[in-house]
Amino acid sequence: MMEKEPVRYHVVHQTTYDYGGNVSLSQQQLHLSPRILAWQRIVEQNIEVTPTPTWRRDGDDAFGNPVTWIAFHVPHDSLRISSVMSVEVIPHLPENLETSMPWEELRDRLAYTAVPPEPEDLDATRFLFESAHVRIKHELADYAADCFPPETPVLVGAEALMAKIFKEFKFDPEATTVSTPVMEVLEKKRGVCQDFAHLMIACLRALGLSARYVSGYLLTRPPPGKPRLIGADASHAWVSVYAPGFGDNWVDFDPTNNLLPNTEHITIAVGRDFGDISPLRGIILGGGGAEPEVEVTVTPLDEEELPEGLEERLSTLPEEAEKP
Amino acid sequence: MSGCEPALQNVNSGVMARTLLAIYPQSPRRFDEMLTSDGEVRPHWRKFFEHLDQVDPEEMRRRLEFVDRRIQENGVTYNVYADPSGADRPWALDPLPLIIPPEEWAKVSAAVAQRAKVLNAMLADLYGEQKLLADGLLPPSLVFGQHGFLWPCHGIKPIGGTWLHNYAVDLARSPDGKWWVIADRTQAPSGAGYALENRLVVSQVFPDMFRDLNVQHLADFFHDQQDGLAALAPVEGDEQPHIVLLTPGPYNETYFEHAYLSRYLGFPLVEGQDLTVRGDTLYLKTLHGLERVHVILRRQDDDYCDPLELRGASALGIPGLLNVIRAGRVTVANALGSGMLSSGAIMGFLPAICRKLFGEELLMPAVGTWWCGEKPALEYVKKNFDDLVIKPSYPTQRMDPVFGFELKGAARVDLLQRIEARPHAYVAQEMVNLSQGPTWSRSHERRLLARPVGLRAYAVATSSGYSVMPGGLARVATGAGTRIISMQRGGASKDAWVLTDGPVSAFTMLKPSLGVRDLVREGANLSSRVVENLFWLGRYSERFDDSARLLRVTLGRLVEAGGGRTPVVATILELGKQLGVLPKPEEDTPVVAGSDHILLEAIYDPKQPGSLASNIRSLLWSATHVRERLSLDHWHSLNRLQREQQAALKAHPTLTEAIAFLDRVLGVSSSLTGFAMDNMTRDDGWRFLIIGRNLERLSFLAKTISQFVRMPKTNAPGNLEWLLELSDSIITYRSRYSRLPELLPVLDLLVFDDSNPHGVVFQASMLSRYLERMARDLDDYSGSNLPDVLSRLRAFDLASLEDIPLGEYVNCPSCLELADLLIELDRSAVKISEWLGMRYFTHVGDVSRQTMAL
Repeated sequence: MMEKEPVRYHVVHQTTYDYGGNVSLSQQQLHLSPRILAWQRIVEQNIEVTPTPTWRRDGDDAFGNPVTWIAFHVPHDSLRISSVMSVEVIPHLPENLETSMPWEELRDRLAYTAVPPEPEDLDATRFLFESAHVRIKHELADYAADCFPPETPVLVGAEALMAKIFKEFKFDPEATTVSTPVMEVLEKKRGVCQDFAHLMIACLRALGLSARYVSGYLLTRPPPGKPRLIGADASHAWVSVYAPGFGDNWVDFDPTNNLLPNTEHITIAVGRDFGDISPLRGIILGGGGAEPEVEVTVTPLDEEELPEGLEERLSTLPEEAEKP
Repeated sequence: MSGCEPALQNVNSGVMARTLLAIYPQSPRRFDEMLTSDGEVRPHWRKFFEHLDQVDPEEMRRRLEFVDRRIQENGVTYNVYADPSGADRPWALDPLPLIIPPEEWAKVSAAVAQRAKVLNAMLADLYGEQKLLADGLLPPSLVFGQHGFLWPCHGIKPIGGTWLHNYAVDLARSPDGKWWVIADRTQAPSGAGYALENRLVVSQVFPDMFRDLNVQHLADFFHDQQDGLAALAPVEGDEQPHIVLLTPGPYNETYFEHAYLSRYLGFPLVEGQDLTVRGDTLYLKTLHGLERVHVILRRQDDDYCDPLELRGASALGIPGLLNVIRAGRVTVANALGSGMLSSGAIMGFLPAICRKLFGEELLMPAVGTWWCGEKPALEYVKKNFDDLVIKPSYPTQRMDPVFGFELKGAARVDLLQRIEARPHAYVAQEMVNLSQGPTWSRSHERRLLARPVGLRAYAVATSSGYSVMPGGLARVATGAGTRIISMQRGGASKDAWVLTDGPVSAFTMLKPSLGVRDLVREGANLSSRVVENLFWLGRYSERFDDSARLLRVTLGRLVEAGGGRTPVVATILELGKQLGVLPKPEEDTPVVAGSDHILLEAIYDPKQPGSLASNIRSLLWSATHVRERLSLDHWHSLNRLQREQQAALKAHPTLTEAIAFLDRVLGVSSSLTGFAMDNMTRDDGWRFLIIGRNLERLSFLAKTISQFVRMPKTNAPGNLEWLLELSDSIITYRSRYSRLPELLPVLDLLVFDDSNPHGVVFQASMLSRYLERMARDLDDYSGSNLPDVLSRLRAFDLASLEDIPLGEYVNCPSCLELADLLIELDRSAVKISEWLGMRYFTHVGDVSRQTMAL
């Protein structure tokens, strides 16, 4: 085992709404602040909002993720939210997946038996059942069946399922929206990271295993010789599978990239599905269009300088904020 | 009943009792509420039975008619009132009460209160520590597996530690006479209002019996509910608790009850869009600005209450409500998230939970319940499928209960497969042979029918524990063999009479005694939505009156002309078209009675924009939204209007029948006007209603007259007559001038005479006065040019209209000048309407939207 040197990142996640008309009342729920994990340290973190909200509250949601609520009571025609953070990610690649528990044994452990469950098992059952974006149908268990022959260690099965989804599905941002049901994704064999995460979660839950949805960012590498572009990245989603005894009892899988997240994935929040932790969810009164523009820039601090121009943009952000 | 001739009377009643019971079979498989197994009348039923025995059949018929009339006239409905598809089912009530003796009720009541206490403690645990799950007393799937478990509510501690403020439970009696729990209602239990309405009707059907039997009153229960909620209001300083009743709106199947309870409890009826969150505080949008709300009694399902954090696509909710709850600044009754305990699967775990939490046994058992999520239970269900009822585990699942023995062949295999695939989503219940009770037969002379009955009982949280309604909503099945009683499936209801040995509480909510300092003069807390709907109620009342008049005038002339298109008919049709009352007519369609001619469509076709039917529908729609503010009589008239229209839709009316229909409809219209002018309190809400009527009539008159003047070919005799008739001014004209109508006196009467309520100047100056009053009371100025246009109209030189020949108005400059002034007046009316809308209304159409970014 090599020594575990953390990797440091600087992340900017900027969302801009140009409403094309006055919004008289607006409330927003933000899942934009990163969660603290055994392998993730938050060095610095800040959310800047323009215009200045009339009201703000910070807290934790029911799954332990940081959450911020803001409200605007005065008319405004645009909204810009910039979440800026620097985080350290410690290498945590799980090893020896084949030593994980046979999946049937884990399934039976999670099933109700009228005796008090292990606390970590009870915790995991929060991610065992249907949720709004993850409907469970027997077709899903059928789809995953060949990855989970009898006695397969649960993480080996999960890795096979991840590979299967990666192989059989095509990444296609045009094919789906945030509300496309899992069954439709299964049929079309197309989608984006949210869809693949939901699909993999649904398959695992259909087998009686606990799986949760993880939102965050992924470091992307510019083509060789080209500078890193501002805003070229996007928010990302992957899956975490319950495996007692491994790490913090959960092991991450990224079906979009067919890999086990290590130091290039930055975690923001975990939930049952997208609905629990959507980065920015709001209700507005008035305004015209409400299609946001989202820019994410992930910069590894130790490898290179900030992309050109990013520094200036960041320093001008808060001062620019206008009073409504 | 005097004891003068006891022997004879006994003989008589014996004979008659046999007639009463001639088709009332007893069954060893069912408990009978009224008779013992030997066929004796039970002691607590005896007096009532004897009374039934003695009522003259004619008298009984009258009483039944009274029941039907009350229900129809009060508009007591179960489902939608002004449903666009016209569906409207009256509430079904059997006049015979279900009678329950004191000692028996004491047990039932204690059991209901205990159950409410246990369920409340469960909610506290599940939305907090979740020790019940850690102890293995409840399967996680019944909590985490339900969409009804609202994660965003986890960790919230409601004021007073009360989650379950209102609880209802469906009870049934097994053949041995024991009461059992069939289902728990923890979301937003319905029916208490219907129980109250049933009581008001039935106590009038049997007034002597109601008094003599010492029936416990219901008012104390509702008073407890008021007190219980007021005690949980997070008031500050000298604030009075402001409690509102939140309804999803008139589409809801129990909307009648929401409006009814709102009036009875004195809680304003609000919809989600009436409320707004600012920071940590919840407000009601009222005419006078935002007013803080402390308590929501909700009849809206919890997951629809806050689109920011719960079901996002819902336009019904109040964005940000959860944060107000988190801040402890509002009480929502029941607490959000309470609906999950209605799950039938949870019932089986309740005895152990009650023991664990309170060290008590449950006082009333629940019917045998097997949750298929447990292996042995699943095996049992498969083996005993024919003896069980299969239900969904979670209240949010859409599935009707299925009787195992009824399911054959492929359907049976299919359900078994579905259960096998997702066992935790299904629960099986033992079939209950409900007890039977008497209902009054409507198709026989003095006969009782035996029908299965069940009882829904109610409890409310008070500061000293749960208070149980002495009575409840008794429900009877329609057929003798029916197994499920459901109002949706055509069941009927009964009043439940709980007798007492002690004195009957004389408390009544209907006429509470108030002191001088409680006196309220103005309608406080008038919500902007109510104001908006009253305004539109006014506009639609007038609009439908105007179009009915125009249509009647047209039809009348048409019938007189034997269906031919005389010049007069052509002129009226043209005007009707210009005013949008008639659609564009196809020129040469012959007018045939009974055909679907445009005139009939303009009357009866609700789909046609501007038709009378669509105006009536809009009128009913806005009336439904302010139902709690209309008097019973007012409401009766609206009901009559709807019945007229529904009846007309079914028939194929001739032109003559259509005229008769218009006559009847106009009769209703004038009674509506009467209520508005004579019966409503002159508060701000009323003023908006009247301004609505005002604006509409002013617009109609101004447009009609200016159009008429500008129309060519109006020289046919008779044109000025119908213009007078249309403006309901023909009688006045004839009494003033005993000659054929001429332009100058007609215009004087219809435009300038400020004593004619169907005159332009009259309406415009009235509107002007209301605007002045608003400027004074609400400190708000419309900036309207109405006073200016009005004074120019008043200054118009009438002499310039002398000696204008019939039908030559288009060529007369002063006629056109007048027409222009009238059009200007119409425009300022439109402007005023827009201004009112901008300034005071919620904009019912302007709905919040969800936005989402990745």
